[in-house]
Amino acid sequence: MSKHIIELVDLVKDYDGTEALKGINLYIRQNEFITFLGPSGCGKTTTLRLIGGFEKPTSGKIIFEGVDITDMPPYKRKVNTVFQKYALFPHMNVFENIAFGLRIKKTDKKVISEKVSRMLKLVNLEGFEKRSVDSLSGGQQQRVAIARALVNEPEVLLLDEPLGALDLKLRKEMQLELKRMQQQLGITFIYVTHDQEEALTMSDTIVVMQNGTIQQIGTPEDIYNEPKNAFVADFIGESNIIDGVMLRDYRVRFAGHEFDCVDKGFGINEDVDVVIRPEDIRLVPRDESPLQGTVKSVIFKGVHYEMQVDDHNGYGWIVHSTSMEPENTDVGLQISPQDIQIMKKVSAI
Amino acid sequence: MKKGWISYPYILWMIIFTIVPLLLVMYYGFTKTENGTMVLTPDNFIRVMEPTYLKVLWRSVLLALVSTVVCFIIGYPVAMILAGRDISRKSTLVLLFVIPMWMNFLLRTYAWMTLLDRKGLINTLLGALGLPQLNLLYTDFAVILGMVYNFLPFMVLPIYSVLRKIDRSLIEAAEDLGSDTVTVFRKVIFPLSLPGVVSGITMVFMPAVTTFIISKLLGGSQYMLIGNLIEDQFMRVYDWNFGSAVSIIMMLLILLSMGVMARYDKEGTGGGLF
Repeated sequence: MSKHIIELVDLVKDYDGTEALKGINLYIRQNEFITFLGPSGCGKTTTLRLIGGFEKPTSGKIIFEGVDITDMPPYKRKVNTVFQKYALFPHMNVFENIAFGLRIKKTDKKVISEKVSRMLKLVNLEGFEKRSVDSLSGGQQQRVAIARALVNEPEVLLLDEPLGALDLKLRKEMQLELKRMQQQLGITFIYVTHDQEEALTMSDTIVVMQNGTIQQIGTPEDIYNEPKNAFVADFIGESNIIDGVMLRDYRVRFAGHEFDCVDKGFGINEDVDVVIRPEDIRLVPRDESPLQGTVKSVIFKGVHYEMQVDDHNGYGWIVHSTSMEPENTDVGLQISPQDIQIMKKVSAI
Repeated sequence: MKKGWISYPYILWMIIFTIVPLLLVMYYGFTKTENGTMVLTPDNFIRVMEPTYLKVLWRSVLLALVSTVVCFIIGYPVAMILAGRDISRKSTLVLLFVIPMWMNFLLRTYAWMTLLDRKGLINTLLGALGLPQLNLLYTDFAVILGMVYNFLPFMVLPIYSVLRKIDRSLIEAAEDLGSDTVTVFRKVIFPLSLPGVVSGITMVFMPAVTTFIISKLLGGSQYMLIGNLIEDQFMRVYDWNFGSAVSIIMMLLILLSMGVMARYDKEGTGGGLF
């Protein structure tokens, strides 16, 4: 187990009376790739800005390698940031942008040019030294921004939705490239995104946030397979979420039928959320399942078809399958007990 | 170019009100009347080179430079305060800065006369406190004060608008990379505000070097700047030829100073020609 490089203790941030963060407690391990994931306004960027020092928390503490840095100005912190819109200095060329931090530290000129060329190589921009930043494409500017931050050899790199402005293909390439750099350099990456796929691809740990609170912390597999509540389940991938009643251990009732399940420990007749992933539902001939419905729409998604199947209660089930049933077909919906996930109702959502 | 005819009225306008007057000034500058006939001559320009007139020229440039520097020293911090994001009533402040400009220019300058006069407000106050009277009006100080007061908004506004447009994340990026407040200013804010500084300097220096009202009212009727010299030639001495020559020299002077400024204004946002 590697040591905790950053600890956030009861972090609260108020903006003119609205609470952006409602008491965040979190530790970040050295060398991990941790992602803050959530919809806009969930507090993920605020948390990042607090770590970077651009905002002061209303209350709570930020501990960096055992030292309280809550009131330390950004220029003294051993973290560097890749900003959402890159924030490259327009009055400097690529070389000067990357050398900025080193020049402030009064680094020897020879060392600067060595380090900058090494960085340019790392981000695949050799020969771009003299170019003006305006002449670069979005992806290139992005990589200059990463190089500018990494050249200072920070212990922690903060990335605020750095790939948001790129097109899909470039974004996928950069995701892999970032992951490669992180492994190669052995630096802690704290990454902010609202893109759940990006989070799943790159992270060692995902922190799902909503309304200024942490909903779940876990590995990508944990978060996807064992979402703690309906919000997480809905945000990470698509889900069918319906109201259910836990009859007793291993037995749940929803959509007008009773099902076996693998969950226990709920109260008798407790109201619960039932979450079922679209790919875990199999369409079978009508008579083979108690849960039946009619195919209302079919959309081709590339690898699979996405179908909406309305049951007799009017609930529209989203089903993913590689084979397609035509519209208006009556079908049965079959779900295995281990694919039925039972979650406690969250009253606050 | 398509639809070139749209520009014809403007071209006509410029011919009538710019090109023709310029040619007339040139004509008067390079001629003089001898025995009732016009002769081509460089005499007017040679006369400008006389020490008396060179002194006037030098003094005009110097006073304009001093006013510009003072405007910059006062104006830049003001622009920074206005552009700062922690001010809640920013638009009110900007308005307060602009409102004096709505008042008549002459009125504003006359107001200073009554303030600075030997029997004016300042000296009355000094007298009431038992302090010695000051000779304020009709001095270089009064003229510079008048210029700074009248032209300060022209320095503040361009710098303010450039500063306001600087992306906040650039400042954060500089902080993030290890700059303290002073370094952020030195390496990011000031270099990025240069276009505003250049147009501010141009917009203050040009009217300052050509003014004749301020120098006449606050410097006294004997006070000579290049603007007063030209005015005198046309309105009192009726030597249009010499007046035109001085005007041409002044235009060259402005052209030169704008050329110098243009070197620092790569963005081309200033009022420059180059």
